Amino acid sequence: MKKLIVIFCALLMVQLAHAVIETYEFDNEEQEKLYYEIINELRCPKCQNQTIADSDAPLSRDLRYIVQQKIKAGETKRQILAYMQERYGDFVLYDPPLQPANYILWFSPLIIFLIILAVVVARVGRREVTSEEDDTDANASPSNDKGE
Amino acid sequence: MANKKILITSIPIVIFTALVIVFWFSLGSDPTELPSQRIGKQVPEFRLSNLHNPEETFTNQDLPKKPFLLNVWATWCVSCHVEHPYLVKFANQYPIPIIGLNYKDERLDALKYLQKGGDPYLFSIADEEGTMGIDLGVYGAPETFIVDGNGVIHDRYVGVIDDRVWNTVILPKIKELDPDLKELEAAE
Repeated sequence: MKKLIVIFCALLMVQLAHAVIETYEFDNEEQEKLYYEIINELRCPKCQNQTIADSDAPLSRDLRYIVQQKIKAGETKRQILAYMQERYGDFVLYDPPLQPANYILWFSPLIIFLIILAVVVARVGRREVTSEEDDTDANASPSNDKGE
Repeated sequence: MANKKILITSIPIVIFTALVIVFWFSLGSDPTELPSQRIGKQVPEFRLSNLHNPEETFTNQDLPKKPFLLNVWATWCVSCHVEHPYLVKFANQYPIPIIGLNYKDERLDALKYLQKGGDPYLFSIADEEGTMGIDLGVYGAPETFIVDGNGVIHDRYVGVIDDRVWNTVILPKIKELDPDLKELEAAE
């Protein structure tokens, strides 16, 4: 059992290994943490569905180098992300800001949910009314028949 | 009741038609194409060496004072090899300056390449570290920026410029910028 746990933990470690080949020296652990945080939030402009941490493209390597240089120069995460955004647009951010161009993306689920809610409320409400009507119809129909 | 049936049966048809319309319009667009962030802005500040003479440096002041094309290329870029003969042809045929930005390349390889295939560039900037490329937001060579006489970027084309692209994209844009070019005919 112990062996199994060890093997399982070893497998988990494999998951953590990134495609990043180069290793950068940082002044402290915080900088290194920030580095990994940032490169995992930036999308590679060349290979569209990878972060620059995952990507092996030369452009990603260059961008990682820039991130590293900027962290060492003491820049904040916000400054570095702004630098990238200025050059490659919102596309480069895996967490793009809320703005008119993507309102539909953010709010369409909410709107669709509200529409469904409205339809359900309307239908359930009507059903109760119609069932009552059905009852009265059933009661009333014999007399109607008689009347005719 | 019949109305309700018609409504229900028409829902899939409506959804299908809507999807067809959406997909039809998505067919033409290339999802890998990114809009440039530099449009309407100045060419970023640069200070880089002349490809032909490492001793000499170019800055923004050396850019032409009339509309020109800034072509980002490299010898390692396969599509650039396809584009090159077209650029040589356009450079001979049109009075439009083309500036070369040799992006992350080996100087000697690039010079050899220009000697063999012809040099369409008014001058060539060597961006060995790729810093200017990143400042321009370059993500896939070849890329061509259309710049006016004041150094403002008006458009960017990502990909090979052939006769079709030249006639339909590049030429109309640059004609807008430079009234002197109005008379130019399309390439054949």
